[in-house]
Amino acid sequence: MNSFTLTKATTVEAAVNDNAAHYGSAYLGGGTNLIDLMKGNIERPTHLIGLNKLPLHQIENLPDGGLRLGALATNADTAYHPEVQARYPLLSQGILAGASAQLRNMATDAGNLLQRTRCYYFYDTATPCNKREPGSGCSAIAGFNRIHAILGQSESCIATHPSDMAVPLAALEAVVQVSGPDGTRSIKFADFHRLPGDTPELDNNLQRGELITSIDLPKKGFEKHYTYLKLRDRTSYAFALVSVAAALELDGDTIVEGRLALGGVAHKPWRDQDAEALLKGQPATVDTFRRVAAKVVQGAKGYSSNTFKIELAKRAIVRALKQATEMNYPTDTNAFLNSNP
Amino acid sequence: MSQTIANPPDIHLGTEYFGKPVNRVDGPAKVTGAAKYAAEFNVPDLYYGVVVNSPITVGKIIKINSAPILRIPGVVQVFSHENVPTLAWRDKNYKDDIAPGGSPFRPLHEPNIMFNMQPVALVVAETYELARYAASLLEIEYEATAHQTNLEFKRKDGFHPGKEKSSWTPPPPPRGNPKEAYEKAPHQHEAEYIHLAQHNNPMENFATTAEWLGDGKKLNIYDKTQGAPNVQKYIMNIFGLSKEEAHVVSRYTGGGFGSGLRPQHQVFMAVLAALELKHSVRVSLTREQMFSFGHRPHILQTLKVAADDTGALQSLQHETLSETSQFENFTEMVVNWSGVLYQCENVKLDYELAKIDVYTPMDMRAPGAASGSFALECALDELSYKAGRDPLEFRLLNYADTDLNEKKPFSSKKLRECYHQGAAKFGWDKRSPTPRSMRDGDLLVGWGMATGIWDAGQKKAAAKASLTAEGHLTVSSATNDIGTGTYTVMAQIAADTLGLPLTDVKAVLGDTTLPEAPVQGGSATAASVGMAVQTVCKALGEKLLKLAQKMDKSPLKGIDFENVQFVDGQIRANEDISKTVAIKDVLAASGEDKLEAEATASPDMLKQAPYSKHAHNAVFVEVKVDEELGTLHVTRVVNAVAAGRIVNPKTARSQVLGSVVWGISMALMEESVMDHNFGRYMNHDLAEYHIPVHADVHDIDVILVEEEDDIVNPLGIKGIGEVGFLGVAAAIANAAYHATGKRVRHLPVSLDKLL
Ligand SMILES: Cc1cc2nc3c(=O)[nH]c(=O)nc-3n(C[C@H](O)[C@H](O)[C@H](O)COP(=O)(O)OP(=O)(O)OC[C@H]3O[C@@H](n4cnc5c(N)ncnc54)[C@H](O)[C@@H]3O)c2cc1C
Ligand code: SF4
Repeated sequence: MNSFTLTKATTVEAAVNDNAAHYGSAYLGGGTNLIDLMKGNIERPTHLIGLNKLPLHQIENLPDGGLRLGALATNADTAYHPEVQARYPLLSQGILAGASAQLRNMATDAGNLLQRTRCYYFYDTATPCNKREPGSGCSAIAGFNRIHAILGQSESCIATHPSDMAVPLAALEAVVQVSGPDGTRSIKFADFHRLPGDTPELDNNLQRGELITSIDLPKKGFEKHYTYLKLRDRTSYAFALVSVAAALELDGDTIVEGRLALGGVAHKPWRDQDAEALLKGQPATVDTFRRVAAKVVQGAKGYSSNTFKIELAKRAIVRALKQATEMNYPTDTNAFLNSNP
Repeated sequence: MSQTIANPPDIHLGTEYFGKPVNRVDGPAKVTGAAKYAAEFNVPDLYYGVVVNSPITVGKIIKINSAPILRIPGVVQVFSHENVPTLAWRDKNYKDDIAPGGSPFRPLHEPNIMFNMQPVALVVAETYELARYAASLLEIEYEATAHQTNLEFKRKDGFHPGKEKSSWTPPPPPRGNPKEAYEKAPHQHEAEYIHLAQHNNPMENFATTAEWLGDGKKLNIYDKTQGAPNVQKYIMNIFGLSKEEAHVVSRYTGGGFGSGLRPQHQVFMAVLAALELKHSVRVSLTREQMFSFGHRPHILQTLKVAADDTGALQSLQHETLSETSQFENFTEMVVNWSGVLYQCENVKLDYELAKIDVYTPMDMRAPGAASGSFALECALDELSYKAGRDPLEFRLLNYADTDLNEKKPFSSKKLRECYHQGAAKFGWDKRSPTPRSMRDGDLLVGWGMATGIWDAGQKKAAAKASLTAEGHLTVSSATNDIGTGTYTVMAQIAADTLGLPLTDVKAVLGDTTLPEAPVQGGSATAASVGMAVQTVCKALGEKLLKLAQKMDKSPLKGIDFENVQFVDGQIRANEDISKTVAIKDVLAASGEDKLEAEATASPDMLKQAPYSKHAHNAVFVEVKVDEELGTLHVTRVVNAVAAGRIVNPKTARSQVLGSVVWGISMALMEESVMDHNFGRYMNHDLAEYHIPVHADVHDIDVILVEEEDDIVNPLGIKGIGEVGFLGVAAAIANAAYHATGKRVRHLPVSLDKLL
């Protein structure tokens, strides 16, 4: 870790200005990812702008019937917020499937979206990594890639985005509000994160110095039929190998609208609208779900240690959609349901 | 569950505490934070050292440019092979008590790189943060040459290690005619079983605080270790220090699992810097750096087993290839157990090593047996199906009543009782034999079982006892407590031997000024140090009796030590318990303010030689599998352990509970994944090196099947820290097969393998 200065901003404007004034500055949310990356010399900001004093902790209703999650609301406060639990239970489930209780108490909603990949090589400065050092090469492609991407990857990077929370947010079509040196703007969730292409060093489409102020949820929460299914190497406190956020609106047995997003498979929460279209107007049956699953993994590509994810993703999609339809999760006290800690 | 044992045969040992579920005496210190670990000794004026590790696997250092970082204010020094003072360099100076054969790694000795993450420099600064920052800037130029870190490519390069380490017994020569018997038998099974390297990962990271005492070379060395005396000798031999100069302290150890048996490089680094800088220095390793030294080796095992139509084992062949470093031959007993555990006349056991470019592997909980029993117990399970026998019935059919490796009877063996009691508790008789035939809703249910075996050993150890006029007894030994309960066991045995309340007894350990004891390992500490404590308390008792007999009108005059007992703070005559003298009065009358004794206890070789001494266990496991998704949960475990007399059923049970969790870990999660392009372990943190969380651990039932055994040692202790873990991984893999019909022979049984 290098030396750095720290200021604590009290207004959004001051935070943005402070950022613009210091080359090499970074915003500090809960610090659960950034500080680790600094200790490992992966990120080397020279100036940190503490955000905790900004008035962005609230979760509040929006006039259009949606819900605004303040950028600094913690993951825990969000997941257990009565409005979130009642209207967006999919999001609540997704958040609670991530990290640990301690981390969720510290982690902020904005920080969660901006956490960086868990690629082993990205974290180990002794190995080349295009995301950490552009142009140095991707070690994962010919190396150990169990937690890597099967969709949307490029020759320069096969990393995945590790967030659980972002997966339901993608399915729910959240909107990210930001403030930057050039004013404020809204970014659709689908356009927020990006695929690696030739510039894997960029995880998202934020401009330099832009600050997330809130994450806005549209009115529709799919609170009747939803599931966040997370498959991982242990029951809690591990990142997803594959996760699925499934949300359905049903009319009897017919699907009026279906949303589907996958985690652990791509450089961004993976949403396939063509596949979702295959749900519309169809009966909510395993056959329908299989067709959708097959569509999602069409063109998927595996590597030495992650090819299993293609089949796993297919099965997970079918299971998640089935669970969302039936809403009868196993209630086994042995926590068999893989989505909840 | 806890059985009270009839009076142990030894005349002086009471049963007030022995065999009782006494709380850990060090518990309050641990939960209040009063217990200090190596990196927590905040001695004044401390410098901090950060180790720099090689990013290459094989090659050499061309140049180290420390000048730029030395200009940073607060950076004190950079140590490397370029400026380390002339130290001892011969192998023998670096050989610790646990060192295997070969040439030990000498830190900062030469520019050659022999393994990835080799420590190559130590950056010392006034704060930890500064040292870490400066270390990140240190420029080192390397020249890399080709490396080979993959054991798979060394299948043809195996060799038989020599008997270079006294604690290692090579496999016995073949017996009978295993090949022919295999060919002739109607039921045969052959398969290969594999696991990669695993890292011990105790909760406490390795660290040393070397306190410079301002007086020549005198140091207090607070070290994370499983054996302060071993570290002391190592440091004395390398740095030419005397015992007084190299005072090593290790009162609390946050787990070791074998990683602290050998001194690790941080203690070398801290002592080097402290002596050179004449200043106190702390060196602590990060979790990532915990992957820079030993590990359980990557191992390839082939089992060929065969049975006849009655289910009797006809042939057992167990061959292994295990990794070692280029510079040492790490050996562990992997296959020997296979010749002891079952009745089989035709046995061939083979153990080979192959050298690759890694650091030398090291002992990790139940070293050797963990790997060997996994392969053996899975293979026998497979054979039991082929022979059409229930797995438990199959084991009972082939039960060994004598040790056929050594052709000796067992000093005691209640494995049969473990099988019976474990099976009854588990409900094994309700098992449906056919794989995939048991269900719970949509989940497949599997029941599997396996057996474990471990050595019961006592080693030579010494202890001291000191009794004050107030009646407070302190027993001490340079042994270690890695969380196993040594403090408590020492106090229990001392209190019972001298008939004192536990609250008046204090146990002290982990300090080289105390009487010598071996490293805390091999599940032998309770027996070894327990015997030393009992012996020294008896010696103290004899002194007390002599003093008591000198008292005016002493009722104990003329009575032999054999004919008195120590109970309730008194010495009493056996034949007339109204003849008593209070221990406090003895000291008061003698005019002494304290009474001391020191003694050494050694195993009785003559008594032990005709016997084979082992602890055993039987493990029964239930798993539930969501077949579509490949997810598996270990929903129930019953572990019945026969490990001699149990000194403390509470701490013993804790050991077995931890063992089961460790077994779940080995079966389902643990694996250090090496990227052979780099020769580097890539999942080197606890986010990616998975071990179970609470949600992975469900019902665990521990049955302690007590054994009377005065051959292993007069206290009858066999040790329980390791045996409880054996069999768990195999039982889980076997249960996974019973549930799904899929055999996973390459650990861990992760979900992708069950898809
Ligand atoms: C061991 C471990 C296990 C974990 N497991 C999981 C898991 O299973 N699933 C999962 O989803 N997550 C997991 N996490 C990650 C955790 O969720 C993230 O670390 C956390 O959400 C980050 O939030 P933070 O507020 O602490 O972010 P910080 O560390 O403070 O910041 C992260 C990034 O966001 C930037 N940033 C923060 N706030 C803003 C803002 N308002 N505007 C612009 N930029 C901002 C920072 O500059 C930084 O680049 C795990 C973490 C650990 C350490
Ligand atoms: S996958 Fe991406 S993050 Fe990982 S090594 Fe390759 S470039 Fe780096």
